Amino acid sequence: MSRILTFNIFRYNPQDPGTPPRMDRFMLDETDRMTLFIALNRIREEQDPSLMFDFCCRAGICGACGMVINGRPGLACHTKTKDLPETITLMPLPAFKLVGDLSVDTGTWFREMYQKVESWVHTSKEFDPAALEERMDNGLAEEIYELERCIECGCCVAACGTALIRPDFLGAVGLNRIARFILDPRDERTDKEYFEIVGNDQGIFGCMGLLGCEDVCPKGLPLQDQLGMLRRKMAFTALKSLVGKHKHAHK
Amino acid sequence: MQTIYSDLLCIGAGLAGERVAIEAASAGFDAVCLSIVPARRSHSSAAQGGMQAALGNCAMGEGDGPDVHFADTVKGSDWGCDQEVARLFVDTAPIVMRELAAWGVPWNRVVPGESKYFKGGKEFTKVEKKEKEGLITARAFGGTAKWRTCYTSDGTGHTVLYTMDNRAAQLGVVVHDRVEAISLIHDGTRCMGAVVRCLKTGDLRVYLAKATLIASGGFGRIYRESTNAVINDGGGHVIALDTGVVPLGNMEAVQFHPTGIVPTDILVTEGCRGDGGTLLDVNENRFMPEYEPDKAELASRDVVSRWMTVHMQKGFGVKSPYGDHLWLDIRHLGIDHIRTKLREVDEICKSFLGIDPAYQLIPVRPTQHYSMGGVRTNKDGAAYGLAGLFSAGESACWDMHGFNRLGGNSLAETVVAGNIIGKKVVDYLKGCEAIFNSKVVDAAVAKQAARITALRNRSNGSESAYAVREAMFDAIMKGAGIFRNEKDLTECVETLQALHERAGRVGLKSNGVGPNPELTLALKIQGMVKLALCVAYGALKRTESRGSHTREDFPERNDRDWLNRTLATWPEGASLPELSYEAATKVFEIPPGDRGYGGGKIISA
Ligand SMILES: Cc1cc2nc3c(=O)[nH]c(=O)nc-3n(C[C@H](O)[C@H](O)[C@H](O)COP(=O)(O)OP(=O)(O)OC[C@H]3O[C@@H](n4cnc5c(N)ncnc54)[C@H](O)[C@@H]3O)c2cc1C
Ligand code: SF4
Ligand code: SF4
Ligand code: FES
Repeated sequence: MSRILTFNIFRYNPQDPGTPPRMDRFMLDETDRMTLFIALNRIREEQDPSLMFDFCCRAGICGACGMVINGRPGLACHTKTKDLPETITLMPLPAFKLVGDLSVDTGTWFREMYQKVESWVHTSKEFDPAALEERMDNGLAEEIYELERCIECGCCVAACGTALIRPDFLGAVGLNRIARFILDPRDERTDKEYFEIVGNDQGIFGCMGLLGCEDVCPKGLPLQDQLGMLRRKMAFTALKSLVGKHKHAHK
Repeated sequence: MQTIYSDLLCIGAGLAGERVAIEAASAGFDAVCLSIVPARRSHSSAAQGGMQAALGNCAMGEGDGPDVHFADTVKGSDWGCDQEVARLFVDTAPIVMRELAAWGVPWNRVVPGESKYFKGGKEFTKVEKKEKEGLITARAFGGTAKWRTCYTSDGTGHTVLYTMDNRAAQLGVVVHDRVEAISLIHDGTRCMGAVVRCLKTGDLRVYLAKATLIASGGFGRIYRESTNAVINDGGGHVIALDTGVVPLGNMEAVQFHPTGIVPTDILVTEGCRGDGGTLLDVNENRFMPEYEPDKAELASRDVVSRWMTVHMQKGFGVKSPYGDHLWLDIRHLGIDHIRTKLREVDEICKSFLGIDPAYQLIPVRPTQHYSMGGVRTNKDGAAYGLAGLFSAGESACWDMHGFNRLGGNSLAETVVAGNIIGKKVVDYLKGCEAIFNSKVVDAAVAKQAARITALRNRSNGSESAYAVREAMFDAIMKGAGIFRNEKDLTECVETLQALHERAGRVGLKSNGVGPNPELTLALKIQGMVKLALCVAYGALKRTESRGSHTREDFPERNDRDWLNRTLATWPEGASLPELSYEAATKVFEIPPGDRGYGGGKIISA
């Protein structure tokens, strides 16, 4: 391996407005099994200590390192340089507030999202420390887990046309979160209550169905299926409420 | 200067921090959690294996109970733990596991009927009972007499942390992310909160609280090779040590895991070896049977890590730009087994190494994994030295792990400790009146502001923070790794002392404006070197081998002289920590004895 890689990296520090946004170029010799995590750290340590980017687990599980890599949102820590051409262009994820350079504030966006969908089990039951746990079918537990594997990396949001123009759009990730609770028998919310959260332009009706989201999801979440399921369910609920017959049909 | 008041300030929003905050919020107090990253990115989310609780629901867990869990935990700790705490822990673990189920964790459940499992590469059959159907099931983990580790597929930490954060949001716990506590505010007897740097703007803020909790996770990143997240660099420990009055306990007890992948040190599970994987050297020879004829690759974590290191030191390592490593071979397990039972390993190899483990060897080396030591607390989670300061989770030395923690026991600890310590914090808050001395607060802020100015202006020097960190990595990897001896430790301590001084002369290369990452490291680097010194100096003085602490020159576990816990404090201006010792446990349910694995001689008390 003897490639010299060229990195074009977006630079801007909003706290230092005297210096305008620009692209900076860095050169690095490629080593065996190099990832963007290794490359960016080397650039910071050897060439420019002010370079801002985010990593945490560096193992593809925490979602911290989402960025636009040669035009496509992805996780930098599990992107290998050998899968990229010699020139690598890195940009911060759009749709989120820029902290600086490649670093964006996903935390605020996701916190607002999970406050809106009330991302917790709604139940009237009190926990009884002396009782056995409530039973659950293992197959169902695994299905819930499949939808819970989202790591809130923000790639799907960055790839979504609606999310870019509507800051209040829940995104495929928010709709997936709702689907997770609809599936969970511990959550006592009715279809009508779910409809109130997602049956609008911020939710399911804002989605244009182009599926940029599912294509980029590094966890391979079945976002398309959840969007389809919600659309059908919500259309049905809307119809029911038009006819005025909303009995508390609980899932 | 922005000042934020609360009843409870949690420095850390991982499982431990949030669980304590939830307890306070449930009792009507307001709680604020701080985190360097969004709460859900905390390292708790990286745990895949699971968490131990003696529910005894699954077939291989039958007959389990808190007493069995207790015995495993005490043996695991090599009798270094506080047995009162271990008892509280095992009795509470089943309750918190069920509570997590009620809050929404999709635990895997018992499926009745016959199923297969592997042990030592061989296939066996078990039968799950019909009457247990749908209850929380468990899997096997190292050092446990029963299958006791509850799990959600391969994402236990992820699902538990997301559920915890949901619960915290529901109860109105406030989480401020992208902030970093850089010093505690105290008057030498009481803790009043923390000075915090915002990592979005670079501004300083003050958080004042009646009670402060350090739940900042491990400090693995003082080692170059670690399975820990890059944010686990001991910031919470540093601010405790900087008070000069709060001791850190058992800092020399550092756990290494045999199979971190090279170069990124991501963990591949013990299951690879459990299912029959082997370790190979540069000549593709299997070497473990030479050292451990009986157990070979299946000896305990510390034992395997030790022999791997010996073998590489003899020159049998594979050379790479990232240093020497060995190979893990799972090819013979077959493609079906790898793609299903070891799905996560399969994915890690493909995503991070670009190799297919069904056909290629996996580069591995022993890697720092867990910090048993931390902020020393009593059994109520109250830190020694300052009233109003608590600690929980991996950052704490509460101390149920002693000198070696068992897999699955630390995730469980975060939640159990959160429950127990949370209640003690509530008791404290009920009897507490807030007194914040503005002189003390102003002085604490001024001190941090002055440090930042000095780093920016390079008024103390222009040493590079990155260069100091590299030198610290070299020193600690060499002197205080898996094997330790007097000569190397002495050299390590001397090198680190020189680095401690160098760290005092750090100055920034860049302008340090806003959330500048060079400044973030520069503010912490001297503290990190101090932590390294606590590890190395504690290890130098402890002339025995216990759990993960292995002295080549003192191979025996010496209960006569060392059945105790090291306490390290750092007086202002000192160049070494001050060490003192206390009994490992006040109560013995199980007197010191043989662990039943790992070999080694014991000098009895
Ligand atoms: C790869 C890996 C796999 C593991 N697998 C298992 C397993 O299967 N089973 C098991 O039992 N254990 C496992 N462990 C161990 C276990 O995951 C951890 O011990 C545990 O999750 C620690 O939780 P915590 O709440 O104490 O800290 P963390 O989850 O690490 O949270 C620390 C929090 O503190 C914040 N913080 C840190 N410093 C500061 C500061 N200065 N200011 C403000 N905030 C700060 C961080 O942002 C974060 O929110 C594993 C560990 C690793 C590394
Ligand atoms: S399918 Fe919907 S949510 Fe997904 S990217 Fe397109 S508009 Fe966005
Ligand atoms: S759904 Fe996928 S792409 Fe979107 S945030 Fe979750 S993991 Fe990332
Ligand atoms: S750093 Fe955690 S996913 Fe990349």
